[in-house]
Amino acid sequence: MTAQHPLAIDATGLGKSFGQTRAVAGVDLAVPAGTIYGVLGPNGAGKTTTIRMLATLIPPDEGSARVLGHDVVSEADTVRELVSLTGQLASVDEELTGRENLVLLGRLLGYSRAAARDRADELLDAFDIAEAAGRLVKHYSGGMRRRLDIAASIVVTPRLMFLDEPTTGLDPRSRNQVWEIARALVAEGTTILLCTQYLEEADQLADGIAVIDRGRVIAEGTPRDLKASVGTGSLHLRLADAGRRATAAELLERTVGPVVLEPEPTALSVTGADAGRAAVAVAELSRAGVPLAHFSLQQPSLDEVFLALTGHAAEETPPPADTLQEHRS
Amino acid sequence: MTTTTRAPGSADTAAVRRAISSTPRPTRPGPLATALAFGWRGMLKVKHVPEQLLDVTVTPVMFLLMFTYLFGGAIAGSTSAYLDYTLPGLLVMSVLFTTVYSGVALNTDLTKGVVDRFRSLPIWRPAPLVGSLLGDSVRYVIAGTVLIVVGVALGFRPDGGVTGAVAALALVVAFSFGLSWVFSVLGLLMRSPNAVMNAGFMAIFPLTFLSNVFVDPATLPGPLQAFVDVNPISVLATASRSLMAGAPDGAAILVSLAVAAALAAVFLPLTTRLYRSR
Ligand SMILES: Nc1ncnc2c1ncn2[C@@H]1O[C@H](COP(=O)(O)OP(=O)(O)OP(=O)(O)O)[C@@H](O)[C@H]1O
Ligand SMILES: [Mg+2]
Repeated sequence: MTAQHPLAIDATGLGKSFGQTRAVAGVDLAVPAGTIYGVLGPNGAGKTTTIRMLATLIPPDEGSARVLGHDVVSEADTVRELVSLTGQLASVDEELTGRENLVLLGRLLGYSRAAARDRADELLDAFDIAEAAGRLVKHYSGGMRRRLDIAASIVVTPRLMFLDEPTTGLDPRSRNQVWEIARALVAEGTTILLCTQYLEEADQLADGIAVIDRGRVIAEGTPRDLKASVGTGSLHLRLADAGRRATAAELLERTVGPVVLEPEPTALSVTGADAGRAAVAVAELSRAGVPLAHFSLQQPSLDEVFLALTGHAAEETPPPADTLQEHRS
Repeated sequence: MTTTTRAPGSADTAAVRRAISSTPRPTRPGPLATALAFGWRGMLKVKHVPEQLLDVTVTPVMFLLMFTYLFGGAIAGSTSAYLDYTLPGLLVMSVLFTTVYSGVALNTDLTKGVVDRFRSLPIWRPAPLVGSLLGDSVRYVIAGTVLIVVGVALGFRPDGGVTGAVAALALVVAFSFGLSWVFSVLGLLMRSPNAVMNAGFMAIFPLTFLSNVFVDPATLPGPLQAFVDVNPISVLATASRSLMAGAPDGAAILVSLAVAAALAAVFLPLTTRLYRSR
């Protein structure tokens, strides 16, 4: 094993414009080697553009970035030897078979014909695509195509791998397969930069997350930090009798916190409820003779974090900024 | 959501980990090996979709039949005399038309994510372009060969024999190497494969018809004749004709090769630059 650099990606003030569009507007990233780092953002946030700059596909207009210690502009060629890209559009050749794709990459990376074939077969077996190896990729299912795409990225195991929305459009099972592969890669020492719109994905995989919106990092931290920044969860209740909602609301407001009356006449929710306070509240309600049809305690999801941070929705809980670095003024 | 049951058919984690860990990096291949690998990719595409050769073979044969039987008598007195005159020119035309498809194919490629992968590999940068051109040259040879074979079936008996025909084909293919960089640039600049096709044919149709491919320019009005004479396609057709006739016209051959080299010298670096920045 070669010596690991402490930072796999070290980017400062990265920026890129396309005409009038400022696709990336000064992004700082510090990705520790050997981790999965999630870049989370909605459509058009600048995720793909950031990856393309880091993978040396396009030069940044502003700022600079070092990948595994090498500058992405002046040492682009060295960077290319260390990274692999699994792009948002499947980066495999649809008009070739799965095996041909892998053999081609093997050849391009310097394997002999025989070695390239062996390597292709090994990957096809490991990634559960052996039975479709001789079929044209355009006839593959989405999950298979993604697995092939990732296999193509590790024909030679990269030190750093870019995964751009690897599970978009996949069913839950295929998604889980991709996640397993990502975890295996990290276990073997590869660093992964994962772009995703799925908060659950970042939560499942990432050690650190940067939330980006409109080309800027608006928050970063661990998944836990980010969840904590939205505060505690909320208690959702449905009453057996709509007539008692006012009583329930008054009681909850007093014992727990701000109450939201849902559109449905029997439903209400209260934020700021941890498990202990929720249990007390439920007990108080039954003591006060308010019969419940249903209740549930919901943890804050990363969705809520995201909405709270970007302000595109869910404006009622602004994030308390103490647990995470705020980049927005 | 919380289930940990392994779905059937899911990737075998142990095998995945083995596959990940078992890769010493091979030594980086040279430019030629890389370009050849891309050429192989082009061949595979033809193998999977042989129909794509119809475009490049049927059109020239159609032209050959049409011109020989429809106009041959009127232009050259007899169909067989016209065949001798026009086949070497049609060979030029059919191969040049095929070069347009190189630009179309490049443009189609660019809309696919696989280009990003190629561009992120540590390889000689023009390799994908040079490689697909190598693959395309097989297409050019097929287009030319089909035309010559059909011509022979119709009674074409060049004095230069097989050697002359092969030499003419080689010259035309060499010329199209140079020309195809022009269409590669178009392929990189235009927004859709169709636009490339239209622009390509819009350029190459008039250039072909305003050449000596179909008619002897001696019959043309002065200014037009002047243009036809300097049109590189005329020069190439003359060269191809001379080779097939077994009396090589050295000047025409040299000019053809020089034009091809000049086109490549200008458009190859341009192509590489555009490909890099797309
Ligand atoms: N080549 C380009 N030319 C012009 N504009 C571009 C180009 N690439 C990206 N953009 C614009 O830059 C912005 C950021 O795009 P980018 O693809 O990086 O977003 P993203 O976060 O990857 O979004 P998505 O989730 O939809 O993939 C968008 O407004 C997009 O339209
Ligand atoms: Mg994207």
